[in-house]
Amino acid sequence: MQRPDWKQRWGGLFFVAPFLLLFALFMLWPIASGFWNSFFNTSLAGVKHEFLGLQNWRDLFGDPAVWSSLKNTLVFTAMSTPPLVIIALIMALLANRKGLLGWLLRFSYFAPFVLPATVVTLIWVWIYQPGFGLVNGLLTAGGFAEIDWLNTENRAMLAVVITTVWWTVGFNFLLYLAALQGIPTQVYEAAAIDGANGRQQLFRITLPLLSRTTGLIVVLQLVASLKIFDQIYLMTNGGPNYATRPIIQYIYESGFTSYRIGYASAISYLFFAIIVIVAVAQFKLFSGRGEAAA
Amino acid sequence: MTTTTMPTERRPAAPAPKPAHSGSAKPRWTFAGTATAVGAVLLAVLWLVPLLWALDTSLKPEPETTRAPITWLPEAPTGDAYRSVIEQGDLIRWFVNSTVVSILVTTLTLFVSVLAAYGFSRTTFPGRRVLFGLIIAGILVPPQVLIVPLFQEMTGLGLVDTYWGIVLPQVVAPVMVFVLKKFFDGISRDYEDAARVDGASRWRIVWSVMVPMSRPILVAVGIFTFIGAWNNFLWPFIVTTDPSMMTIPVGLANVQGSYGLRYAQIMASAVLGGLPLLIVYALFQRHVVRGVGDAGIKG
Repeated sequence: MQRPDWKQRWGGLFFVAPFLLLFALFMLWPIASGFWNSFFNTSLAGVKHEFLGLQNWRDLFGDPAVWSSLKNTLVFTAMSTPPLVIIALIMALLANRKGLLGWLLRFSYFAPFVLPATVVTLIWVWIYQPGFGLVNGLLTAGGFAEIDWLNTENRAMLAVVITTVWWTVGFNFLLYLAALQGIPTQVYEAAAIDGANGRQQLFRITLPLLSRTTGLIVVLQLVASLKIFDQIYLMTNGGPNYATRPIIQYIYESGFTSYRIGYASAISYLFFAIIVIVAVAQFKLFSGRGEAAA
Repeated sequence: MTTTTMPTERRPAAPAPKPAHSGSAKPRWTFAGTATAVGAVLLAVLWLVPLLWALDTSLKPEPETTRAPITWLPEAPTGDAYRSVIEQGDLIRWFVNSTVVSILVTTLTLFVSVLAAYGFSRTTFPGRRVLFGLIIAGILVPPQVLIVPLFQEMTGLGLVDTYWGIVLPQVVAPVMVFVLKKFFDGISRDYEDAARVDGASRWRIVWSVMVPMSRPILVAVGIFTFIGAWNNFLWPFIVTTDPSMMTIPVGLANVQGSYGLRYAQIMASAVLGGLPLLIVYALFQRHVVRGVGDAGIKG
């Protein structure tokens, strides 16, 4: 047997070792090798052709496709975050009730979140279908002109945002609901004794008490929205005319379609830096101030 | 913990305790309360419409799906679309793949995360703080930025088009270690001290003290890991090229192409692809809702 002091000193490492091994293999290693690759002209086969120095990085700053796809990602984030926070809050206020109705509301609001991206996009491509899709069917029945949602440049992003809100709002809804259920009843009882009506209780008690949760949800949502890829790739494939192509799709195309591994790695790092900046900035902002816009 | 009344309604809601003079705690009918309930139900219906429309379409005969003006309910409901989708065979294969992958990801994630969380929460060893800091930093790394080097690595390891190639990168979930470590920190040491007096090793303590005491959060973490693994699109999409190794989300990405414009069949495959998790969610809703509270808010 080992000497007890050896076991005492190093034994704990045994518990974290399996995770650390996987962490090193499938997170640290790709982070390091991606960074290394970004200085080379690397093909997908892994054969290093030549050392490029900062060439990939210089290319990146001069490549309009990087900036347009980054812009699309930011536009998507700006369009999707407000509804994903506000609708989630409204849903939580509505569904915070007991009994069968509460169960049904919680089920309906959250159900889409458990579906795979592909199922969601199959359904919504069908809903947006010109001619006999649900939305256009209703538009024409109401006497309006139909819209080719996914093939019109300034409509496609809106269509993707609507689908995304429907699909993922349920997660933020659950976060709000959990926060609501954590507010002690006594607070409301005290307010009621002081004569506060329902509207006052909502604006003076509930919403202020939810501000910390709102901060958390906004941070999580911004980071999640920046990672947009699945829905857009499956619904529009970045089109029409690249009008919806997000930065992750450009990384994917650079690496797996154009086989420019080094270049794709450089773009990945640019994108990673943006995510870290947004997350840290938001965290500072919200942990510094007590109140946040609901 | 939950209130019996609903003080958080938007309007002076029925059950909110009324100003002192009324003093009744019983729900009372009010116009605003009813209006809120009706609004809540309408929103729920709006959220269910796309799912019902998919189900509706899948039960129509093909020619009826492309008729304009649209019909609401199928004139003669038929299971033909489901039959053809299942007979084509791939869907069942993808279903098996998704099940194997999701179960492996969930079990392995729970196993390594529980051990690591215990290690960081209860043991000391040189470098512990630095390593934990590194793992916390890992929470910020979006897996999407790793796809290119990770695929190269998988090619090198010969894991492309294998279950392990799909599974292993998904097991690295720093956020799970963080959430579980926080939870373990909150469990009193008295329990494991008692177990230790009885001669239990630390390994035994993990599985017979810590795990039973954190069952609710483990169930919640497990359900979310399962849903995440089942629904993961980007990574399985990159690491599988052989249709027989694809998971449901990846396989279904191609059906629009392979079924052509047969919408009843496309919707039937969407319904079959979505149904398993809707059932899981309906059964475990309580755990999911409570788990988000435990993990999300405190995390």
